[in-house]
Amino acid sequence: MQESNNLSLIESLKAHPSEGFGEAIWKILEQVTDPEIPVLTITDLGIVRDVKIDNTPLGAGGIEVVITPTYTGCPAMDMIAMNIKLALIENGYSNIKITSVLAPAWTTDWMTEEGKRKLKEYGIAPPHFTKGSADTSDLEIECPQCNSKNTKCISEFGSTACKALHQCNDCKEPFDYFKCH
Amino acid sequence: MDTNYLKNFYKMQETETSKVEKNPTVSASLKVPPSERFREAYSLHLADNTLILAQGNAAWCGHGPILEQDIAITNISLDLIGQSRNFYQYAATLIKAQEGSKALFPLGEGVGGEVTEDSLAYLRTEREFKNCLLVELPNGDWAQTILRQFFFSAYQFLLYEKLQHSNDEQLAAIAAKALKEVTYHQRWSSEWVVRLGDGTEESHERMLKALDKLWRYTGEMFVPANYETEAGVDVSLLKDDWMKKITSVFEEATLPVPEKAFMQTGGKTGTHTEHLGYILTELQYLQRTYPGADW
Repeated sequence: MQESNNLSLIESLKAHPSEGFGEAIWKILEQVTDPEIPVLTITDLGIVRDVKIDNTPLGAGGIEVVITPTYTGCPAMDMIAMNIKLALIENGYSNIKITSVLAPAWTTDWMTEEGKRKLKEYGIAPPHFTKGSADTSDLEIECPQCNSKNTKCISEFGSTACKALHQCNDCKEPFDYFKCH
Repeated sequence: MDTNYLKNFYKMQETETSKVEKNPTVSASLKVPPSERFREAYSLHLADNTLILAQGNAAWCGHGPILEQDIAITNISLDLIGQSRNFYQYAATLIKAQEGSKALFPLGEGVGGEVTEDSLAYLRTEREFKNCLLVELPNGDWAQTILRQFFFSAYQFLLYEKLQHSNDEQLAAIAAKALKEVTYHQRWSSEWVVRLGDGTEESHERMLKALDKLWRYTGEMFVPANYETEAGVDVSLLKDDWMKKITSVFEEATLPVPEKAFMQTGGKTGTHTEHLGYILTELQYLQRTYPGADW
């Protein structure tokens, strides 16, 4: 009876056009955080590519959330998919399918400004805009602690696939830099 | 359900350069003409390359020369495992599309499991692996691991640059995504080649030794296997650009570019060095000992 459950929910949401039913689902997704960087939500990161309702492989009443991995081998993706499912179930939805797509490939350009602000506040330097270039070594990365641009790259690989390790030459603090991708 | 189909499938591939491929009885026993199956073989080749190199790199975990580089090499390993998962998943999809969604992978003694990325990684034998010989060579010292990574990343970079425009949409998507990661791998490994080559007497000496060990295995990457040709991939075209990259980095690293040398081949069609057996023994231990084990 799971499907009818969703159907009635969706029907009731449809009945309140002020809050579209797709919008309601997006609102729930905005609460799901990245397990590696808990200040960021999956919508800040631009991981959620689409939300489909009714018109899904699950048929009427189905909800399909389309996500894309940040890095190919990112171990957080399985957990993110599970957390999305759990968040929707907690909110009374069922008959949920999480689909992962690779194309178009995720890019840090999809990270929201709000996401970048939260990253910096958390102590991680947000991605510096350089579309098409993965080279971080020559960029002026701003220290998230003292805002100095006098920083250096210690290692292009950091604690997770998406981060590089930098250090501030002024305040001497080492910090993570969220790589452009 | 015919659980023998994979046996036939692999029999066909093992013999792609020889007689059985032309044997009408074997071809007739397959549901689709052999040429159609080269896409699977090609996906498996890409998957095996990345899985085997990832396995070697992962062994550095906790043993890297310094913490940052330990993290770097294992991050590269993780990226490669991610790529291999994508390629294995795709190969599994292709196999199921041909053999039906309930296609079984023989686990031995009449036990069969679904064809998945895992069964393709954990249950094929050494002769069924199609990776290049280069990626199965031992880690050796840091110099050897670095040089192996550099040779392979430089190759992968050129390959994925082309593959991202493939008319096979899934392979193109995997390549486009992975290219961004490989860009890092290539830069990181070439920086290390320079650092070690143009470093101390000791590090230079070690790079020369590594070069002596690895060089003869680099040529295979540019000799197309049947499934590559059938899949429309001409890897021989990548060789000049690869040599250019190697030459420019070696110049900076004060390392000599070897003269023409004999090049060992065979890995792509299943004839491996003795090293792959040991790698698979470790990699496949759990599934071999407890078939179908899950958590």
